[in-house]
Amino acid sequence: MAETTVRHAPKDPKRINPYLENFKTAWRKLRQNYLAMAGGILIVFFIITAFVGPMLTSLDPNMPNVQARLQGPSSEHWFGTDHHGRDIFTRIIHGMSITLYIGFLSVAIGMVFGVALGIVSGYYGKAIDAIIMRTMDVLLAFPGILLALGIVAVLGPSINNVIIAISIFAVPVFARIVRGSTLAVRQLEYVDAVRALGASDFRIIFRHILPNIMSPIIVQATLFIATAVLTASGLSFLGLGAQPPTPEWGAMLSAGRNYMWEHPHVALFPGIAIVLVVLAFNLFGDGVRDALDPKLKA
Amino acid sequence: MIKYTIRRLLQTIPVMFGVTIIVFLMMHLIPGDPAQIMAGERASETQIEQMRDRLGLNDPLYVQYGTFVGNAVQGDLGNSIRSGRAVSDEIGVRFWITVELALYSTIVSVFIGIIAGVVSATRRNSFSDMFIMVFALFGLSMPNFWLGLMLIQYLALNIDWMPVSGWGSPQAAILPVITLGTAGAAIIARMMRSSMLEVIHQDYIRTARAKGVKERYVVYKHALRNAMIPVVTVVGLQFGTLLGGAVLTETVFAINGLGRLVVEAISQRDFPIVQGAVLILALLFVFVNFLVDISYRLLNKRIELD
Repeated sequence: MAETTVRHAPKDPKRINPYLENFKTAWRKLRQNYLAMAGGILIVFFIITAFVGPMLTSLDPNMPNVQARLQGPSSEHWFGTDHHGRDIFTRIIHGMSITLYIGFLSVAIGMVFGVALGIVSGYYGKAIDAIIMRTMDVLLAFPGILLALGIVAVLGPSINNVIIAISIFAVPVFARIVRGSTLAVRQLEYVDAVRALGASDFRIIFRHILPNIMSPIIVQATLFIATAVLTASGLSFLGLGAQPPTPEWGAMLSAGRNYMWEHPHVALFPGIAIVLVVLAFNLFGDGVRDALDPKLKA
Repeated sequence: MIKYTIRRLLQTIPVMFGVTIIVFLMMHLIPGDPAQIMAGERASETQIEQMRDRLGLNDPLYVQYGTFVGNAVQGDLGNSIRSGRAVSDEIGVRFWITVELALYSTIVSVFIGIIAGVVSATRRNSFSDMFIMVFALFGLSMPNFWLGLMLIQYLALNIDWMPVSGWGSPQAAILPVITLGTAGAAIIARMMRSSMLEVIHQDYIRTARAKGVKERYVVYKHALRNAMIPVVTVVGLQFGTLLGGAVLTETVFAINGLGRLVVEAISQRDFPIVQGAVLILALLFVFVNFLVDISYRLLNKRIELD
């Protein structure tokens, strides 16, 4: 209860929130980084496209039109049409929300579990730490996309299973980073001080440790969205993710493969769409890293 | 060093144990009855029951696991549902193709990545630095399967001597290796650049310069060696990522490697093959990481096992 009164008390102008100040400084640095800002603006643009875009397109992304099969780019069909005569531009616009949905959700889920496991591991140490981290080691032993592939093989192909697979793939990545940061912060004197004041473990973790290890978490989350988008499109390309006729970009590439030799546009544009989204998150993530934690490396 | 090697080797045991458990459980987590899947859709009740007996599915789980590991150690990974052949036979040849592909790609990406990173760092903020870094950023952001498709479309189809698919000749290897190695080269170039920049600003480099050591010597003898240390770890991780990434590259170039085998087996629901291939790739990765840690230690004597 004491805490609520403090929060509602009139603000002392001299009292500043150090965490907030930290992010303000980072934001100032980020704003001066043109490449990162370009990435950030692209991300905002993509998010708006995902929400608004489908309302602005007049064509149905999934409606076949046999007469218009495999037409090259024109004023009528900007990116041409695919083997069912569907407008590729419309499909890419509709695919944007799927791509971002997979990217954001899988990273969010992986992050929550990874951060929780990492903090518990780093804070409590000993047997708990050993059990959690050895389990993470096992998950990391499956190279690259293979873990996600195995999970989807078991669960069956669908967008939601891709999200589950990528989340599990993300958990050990976050857990490792968070554990390391927690170990470093836990040793600091102020943690001993709040413990001496009688703070519970829960309170120490949430109020005193978590805010101090946010930087590497944010950096990792931004960059991992890029990985998630790449992995998801790869799984769909293999036929293990989004199923036709869903306008997912990897699935579009997979379907367009058989026609691309004579009609290159069917594979060109979905690929460019993937590259742009991944590039935007990489640019922005690099900038966030430089702004928040200059010591971290590429 | 020997003590370190043994301790590091012991550390791989729980990981390998975990890997086998996960791969073993894969079969049991599939929705539906494994015996039914193995016996086929048109199998009769008795056939399914026989299959259940043959697979030992009536035994307690830990007995089944014991049998699984016991057989795997002897090289018996079960039989393919599709072909009926031993999984180890199906995997055999294909395994080496994937290892070859991943190995060549790693070598190429390390070579290009290190050179690009050093050039970038020593000519910081120059045109070549910008060019390399932009290139690296694109390399990092490109899905490798799309890069492969584009290379086939715009190079292989226009160059007579370059095959569009397959494996086995040096010409056939060029495009798959570029496809698989590009992302790795990009990551290593970025890593090398930042690591090199950090080292170059240290005192001993200034001392070397002040002594009048030639710049080429400073860069390649003094700085490079130390800047390489963090890169070595990335190379090991890269090799793993490439083993996984080979799944996509092999699919694009129709290479009969382990990755393509896994994808085909998944779509045919041939789970013993999936299990065997995943197990082999994971164990190989564990082994590679072990080797990387050992070489890391050789490069940097200060490292302690945590």
